[in-house]
Parts: sequence; structure tokens; C-alpha cells
Amino acid sequence: MKTLLYRLVTLLALAAGVGLGAAPAQAHPHVWVTSSSELIYAEDGSITGVRHAWTFDDMFTTYALQGIETKTKGVYSREELAPLAKDNVENLKEFGFFTFAKADGKKEKFQEPVDYYLEYKNDALTLHFTLPLKNPLKPKQLALDIFDPAFFIDFKFEEKDPIKLVGAPASCQLKVQRPGEADVKKLTEEMVASGDNSNYGAIYANKILVNCP
Amino acid sequence: MSARSSLARHLAIFAVALAALLACDGLLHAVMAQNPFGGPKAPAQPQVGGIVGWLLAKQSEFYKDMSATIRAAKSDGSAVWTLLVISFAYGIFHAAGPGHGKAVISSYLVANQETAWRGIALSFVSALLQALVAVVLVGICAWLLNVTSQIMCGAERAIEIASYGLIAAFGARLVWTKGGAFIGALQSPRDEPALAGAHQHDHGHHHHGHDDHDHHHDHGHVHDEHCGHSHGPTPDQLAGPGGWRRGLGAIVAVGLRPCSGAILVLVFSLAQGLFWAGIVATFVMGIGTAITVATIAVIAVSAKDLARRLSAGREGGGALILRGIEFGAAGLVLLFGIGLLFGYLAAERVTCL
Repeated sequence: MKTLLYRLVTLLALAAGVGLGAAPAQAHPHVWVTSSSELIYAEDGSITGVRHAWTFDDMFTTYALQGIETKTKGVYSREELAPLAKDNVENLKEFGFFTFAKADGKKEKFQEPVDYYLEYKNDALTLHFTLPLKNPLKPKQLALDIFDPAFFIDFKFEEKDPIKLVGAPASCQLKVQRPGEADVKKLTEEMVASGDNSNYGAIYANKILVNCP
Repeated sequence: MSARSSLARHLAIFAVALAALLACDGLLHAVMAQNPFGGPKAPAQPQVGGIVGWLLAKQSEFYKDMSATIRAAKSDGSAVWTLLVISFAYGIFHAAGPGHGKAVISSYLVANQETAWRGIALSFVSALLQALVAVVLVGICAWLLNVTSQIMCGAERAIEIASYGLIAAFGARLVWTKGGAFIGALQSPRDEPALAGAHQHDHGHHHHGHDDHDHHHDHGHVHDEHCGHSHGPTPDQLAGPGGWRRGLGAIVAVGLRPCSGAILVLVFSLAQGLFWAGIVATFVMGIGTAITVATIAVIAVSAKDLARRLSAGREGGGALILRGIEFGAAGLVLLFGIGLLFGYLAAERVTCL
């Protein structure tokens, strides 16, 4: 009887431990962003940066606009929104601008954002900003992920033309992978195996692949 | 029984209690995470069936539905009822995610030999305080002063840091007292085997004078007396009015930080001219949150109770195990506080963007 109890307890402890290890941190989004982006190429065919246009959802738009004084009620000019836009890009830095680039498998870094502004149209705020690459490059393959690893923000590609290649060589081909198209099983297995749940949001990543052979 | 198998058993009991405490949090996450909630491609994932599965899958939709429902409520009053139902369901499932003090409250309860009822009360009061803080914050910042969201999220950040600092301080205090009790138990682990054996058939004795109270803690009480080194509270102290003052620390530390979702809902409803609906929704959300946190708290208390029962009458070492569990739980509260404060532990993000 006592041996049985002992075994039961050990089993429970093991099960609990496994359950604990295999538990990816779960969050759900509070902010929704519809993203459309442009990859900017220099004349020599190298990629110089990414230009984003991120449109926020109804609730977050209202929250962000709280307390902003305007000349005309309900109309927000670019100038009136300028301090908020500055704040946005400064805060986004902490999260790496939710933009993760890999050139031929190597991680690439971005400089401080430039040309940023907010636009209020159709009851929604859109944040425009350009992320210049630290080193302009000419990779055979560029992979660009747009997502929040913590999944506080749910990024979604614009239905039509979520990414445009601006000035890219004609041979470059574009592939877009939307959330839900990722290999959830593989990602989950990786998270369980490594015990690292910090990349939970990768399941919902928006992936862009540009191949320039 | 040989000394070795006894030690192994003690270790196993210790492990199961600690693991159960953590796992009730972790397992819930696992259950939630195994659900793709709307993600179309996850055929390999086991699905939770029935109403619960449906609710889990709808979790993030609930939140998204809130803005549409608040808008609808502007012209159609009955939409407010929909809003309340959504808020309640959202609160229940949302609390299973990171934050919301499940782990802190559960650890506190285990460290302090609290009863299940006390756990339920603590969960509800802290969740309602959390709702109140959100309402007061938005009430002052947005409604009264009409400051910008940047200033408001700055206030959120300040409150967050204060909350995490309090959790760490609270944990440090627990570690201090529980560490003393644990070392006390270490120094005289096996000096009263007879007594430990005796109370095995002595469970009912300590109820005199506080029969309105739950019976969970009488073993701990017994051990307190036996060891003579403990500064832990007795059930009488817990049941008395002074006991609530100690719980206050946990309530404030956990309940101080408002939920980001509640703040967004409140600001949105204020902008729609339906601030009152947002306030009611926030409190209903809080009740939903409390139900989840209370459930987890009760599981934690029960797990410790199980460990207590299993270790009861085991050559007096039971006291050591229980002191060890309490010390470990106290350490967890401290670690949570430090982890949250320095960003090692991911909590729900504040709405600064």
C-alpha cells in the first residue's frame, strides 16, 4: 500500500513537471494591426530598408487618440498627431519594431526609424515609418517576419499587396506566408523541446520571403 | 521502512506539492496553448471539446467583440447585456493567461497556511481592486483631466513598477519569516515522533473556539506547536480580524496593477459616451478573473493539504516538509516579484505603444 502511494506520488510529481515544462506562455492580443509594407531597393539592386504602414484597430485607435486636442473635432492632422507618432516609434524600439529580417539566414539589424508619421483616416490610425537597414545588402534570399513574440499585438497582412518591392531587380520573386500557415506542430515541438516559450507569437508570424537568384 | 526510502518519499512529497502549485498555472497555459484559437491549421493539436473548448477558442474573439458591442450599445441598449456576458466570459479565460496574480496568490496561500476560503476571498478582493484601479485611473486621467494616452500609460507603468516592487517586498518578508521557521524545523526535525504520530488520530481536536472556520490548517497548527520554533500564524490568528490585515499585503500587491484590456475597454467606452457601461463591464470582467484565480488558489491549497496528509505521522519529518514547502512558496513570491520587476518574467504588457 505504502509503495503504491509512493509510486503514485512520484508519478504525479513527474507529470506535473512535464506539464510545467510543456506549457507555452499563453497570451491573447489586445491590439490588432493590419500591416502593409514596402521593401526599398537602391539602384544597384541592394535592399536599403523597409517601409511600414500599420493600421490599428478601433479600440486602440480610440485609446491612442485620447486627450489629443484638435482644431476640428474628429479631425486629426499629421501635425497634431506628430508627438504621438514620435512616442510610438520610440516605444517600438524596445520591441525591435516587431520586424525581424534575415538575409541568407543571417540576422540583420535596423537603424532608427525615419520619415514617421500618423495618419487618421476612416476612423483608424495608421503609423507610417521607414526602417533603414544598418547595412544595405544584396542577399539571394531575404526573410522578413512581422510579429509580436509576446502576441500582445496581433499583426495581420493587408489582404491586397501586403508587401511591395520598390525598385527591385526584375528577377526577384516574392512569397507571403500569413498567420495560421506556419507549421504550428513543428513550432510547438521546438518550444517544448527547448523549454523556451518566449517566441510563442511566432505561430502567428507574418512571413515574407524574397528570392533574388 | 528504511531511512533511504523515507527520505525519498519526503522528497517526492515535497516535489509534488511544489510542482502541483506551479503546474496548476502551467497546465492551464498548456490547455489554452494547445488550442489554436481560430488558427486554421492545427490538425495535430488535441481539441478541447464541448462548451469549454468553444469558449477557449473564442477567447480572443470575446475581447475583439467588445469594441463592436460597445458601439452597438450606443443605439441599442440591450447590447449592454451582451457586453456584460462577453466581459464575464473574457475575464474567466483571460485570467488564465500571464499575470493577474494567480501564481503570487497561490504561493502566498501555500506559504501562509491559508484556507481555501481565504484563498477565494483574496482572489475576489484583489480582482475587484484591480478593476477599481483601472476605473479610477481612466476616470481621473481620461474623464477628469483628459490627458493623453501617453501620460496615461506612463501612469500605468508607474503603478506596474510599484505593484511588482510590492510583490518582491512582500515575498522578501515571507521568505524572512518562513525561512526562520524552516531553519527551526531543520534544527529539530525529529524530536517529537510520538507527537507527530499522535495527531494522526487527533484531527478534530483543534476546532474548539473557532468552529465557524474551515478545518484545513489544523495540522500546520499542530506542527507549529510541536516545533516551537515557528512564527507562523495559528488558525486562531487567521480566523480573527487581524488575519485579514496580513492578507491585505497580497491583495494590494497583486490588485494594484490594472489589466491592460480593462483600460482599453474603459477609454473606448468613455469615447463612445458609455463610460458607465465600460465600468460595469470592467467589474464583471473582474468577477470572471476572480473565479479563475480562486479556482487555481483552491487547487494550490488542496495540493498542500494533500502533501500535509501524506506526510502526517511520518516520524516527525512531516513538519520539516511542510516548513520546506512554505519556505519554497515564500521564495516563489519573492522570485515572481523580482522577475516581474526586472522583466525576466513576461507579464501582460502595458498599453504604451
